Amino acid sequence: MPLDAIYGKLSDILRDQFDDDDIVARPELTAGDVDGWDSFAHIRLMLAVERSFGVSFSASQISSLRNVGDLANLIASKTAG
Amino acid sequence: MSGDELYASLAWLPKPPRDFRERCRALRDASGGRDVARLAAYALDETQLRRVTEVVDALRNTGRSLAPLTPFKLGIIGNATLEPLAAGLTASAARHGIDLACFTAAYGQLVQEALAPDSALNRFGADAVLIALDHRGLPLATAPGDGAEASRAVAASLAFIGSLRDGIRAHGNAVCILQTLAPPPEALFGSFDAVAAGTLRSQTAAFNAALAASVAGTPDVILDVAGLAETVGLANWHSPTQWNLAKLAFDARLLPLYCDHVARIVSALRGKSRRCLIVDLDNTVWGGVIGDDGLEGIVIGQGDATGEAYLEVQRAALGLRERGIVLAVSSKNDDRIARTVFAEHPDMLLRGEHFAVFQANWNDKATNVAAIAAELSLGLDAMVFLDDNPVERGLVRELLPDVAVPELPDDPALYARTLLAAGYFEAVAFSDEDRKRARFYDDNARRVALQGQAGDVETYLASLDMRIVFRPFDATGRARIAQLINKSNQFNLTTRRYTEADVAALEADPEVFTLQVRLIDRFGDNGTIGVVVCRPSSAHAWEIDTWLMSCRVLGRRVEHMVLREILHHARARGVERLIGRYLPTARNGLVRDHYRTLGFAPAGSGAAGETTWELDTAVEIAPAPMAVDRAG
Repeated sequence: MPLDAIYGKLSDILRDQFDDDDIVARPELTAGDVDGWDSFAHIRLMLAVERSFGVSFSASQISSLRNVGDLANLIASKTAG
Repeated sequence: MSGDELYASLAWLPKPPRDFRERCRALRDASGGRDVARLAAYALDETQLRRVTEVVDALRNTGRSLAPLTPFKLGIIGNATLEPLAAGLTASAARHGIDLACFTAAYGQLVQEALAPDSALNRFGADAVLIALDHRGLPLATAPGDGAEASRAVAASLAFIGSLRDGIRAHGNAVCILQTLAPPPEALFGSFDAVAAGTLRSQTAAFNAALAASVAGTPDVILDVAGLAETVGLANWHSPTQWNLAKLAFDARLLPLYCDHVARIVSALRGKSRRCLIVDLDNTVWGGVIGDDGLEGIVIGQGDATGEAYLEVQRAALGLRERGIVLAVSSKNDDRIARTVFAEHPDMLLRGEHFAVFQANWNDKATNVAAIAAELSLGLDAMVFLDDNPVERGLVRELLPDVAVPELPDDPALYARTLLAAGYFEAVAFSDEDRKRARFYDDNARRVALQGQAGDVETYLASLDMRIVFRPFDATGRARIAQLINKSNQFNLTTRRYTEADVAALEADPEVFTLQVRLIDRFGDNGTIGVVVCRPSSAHAWEIDTWLMSCRVLGRRVEHMVLREILHHARARGVERLIGRYLPTARNGLVRDHYRTLGFAPAGSGAAGETTWELDTAVEIAPAPMAVDRAG
């Protein structure tokens, strides 16, 4: 899946999760930038991403993510080919 | 849809609207419980449940009433992360008519909360406490082959739960909701796990049986998590990753399903389970349309995959009746013809005496459902309405939002499963009285008079985004036109049969006016649902040789639009009068007054009951709420 499509879909998921239509998924976005993105919300977000993209992450992959850019790259690596 | 998906996606509930989040926001400023319940009645995922719960919390915090929802306070203790349960439960409970306030114990605090008299839980004043323990929260120790140790572990686990129950009862006087254990799928030996003492599999089985036995004679109730997890698959239920990451007791994908099950129990504790199942007939309890296909043409019974699917629906309805659920019929049918199936078809399991009320007529279903509820002195919130037709389901949901109306999948083999998966009739006890209840209603399949119309059907029809497409007969439509001409019995004014070759001849005859009618709405394309043939009968008159329609689109004013179309073409060709004929048969009583209703004037009648009607083509017929496409 191309990266811009991934970012588009991530924007939808983030808006849905945090009930905020102004969120735009961009590489440098982090949890600190979004209201309500705490550790529980993070797990929920990961589950929503898994479901939406049809991929699954390991605990270590989830805990190594630093920002949305890392997440998008991880999704890209799992949806490639 | 895979088997677990039906359950995980709450497939019996309609999909949420696209503007779901906007609707949630709008609720914050308005309204009370009824609007919340309507929003909660969709198949919401975890995030959407959370949105509705936030709305409820906001309304509650600003002192707004959630009436008519019934207030209920639920404490939740357990050995996993509990916050997601509370976030999902308040919304799920609203779906079941409950205004649920939750208290969740801090992580790992279950013993203190249950046993300390002044704990936050015991001060909360819970009506019930959900003890959400799984195998990881109990002293179940794997001791392969050691029967004595295994029994001790099970007994210790039960004693632990017993102490929690005692504490909660003594200090808070709340009902305990106890969970059976979902065995983890990881086997020690393999199949031998079921045999060997001391495996987790045999211990959970022993524990579950003992736990279920332990609630007898107490106010406490069971939430059968083991049954739920087995239904969706243990490997789907248990997610090692989510447990390790966030101490989620089961896969968060299944949270909406779990929460709905808890909400059913809470609702049942408040006596709000549903009590009456109203079934449609054609293509719901048998395959086909009795009025068109006849007793030999409908599909029901053994030996045919489709017939067995409908038999399963009948079996489910009978099973429910055995446990006290009242059965009723609401069907668009001729009463006499519909009843013949119950009286005469050898393969039917359902019989007339199984129904308290039997409504077969041509009125809208919302009005009939309301009449059934009134006759049985039950609230609309006690009713479940089962119908294969999405338009009928939509109408009843729209006009009578308190009635539960399950969505049905395309495959009738899944009808019974879907109905039962919805859990409308959840019970926390079962008595002899319940068993007899269905019979209290004097099962004489009586017909009840309709009160005034249940609501604004016109507005609902307008919301269907109907588009009607008119085309003259053509080669593409020929086979379907011939099929309708030879099959339609009910909405058929003259019941004249033509072969496909006849249809082709009509198509080519410049003197003859033909029309095939297609109807599309927001639920999809209904296909060709009407056929009209007019022939010149004198210089400036057309006689309507054939006018038939599918009963599936009855009550949507399609006939008015068809007449408008005929008039349009008639005027364009200088025709001044339309002549309609009604030729009665055993099946077409439905359209006896068709021409009268449309404003035709009587112009004669014959000995066999046939009637003739006339209409001046200058007349204007009020349009129905649908767009018109005219092709050809």
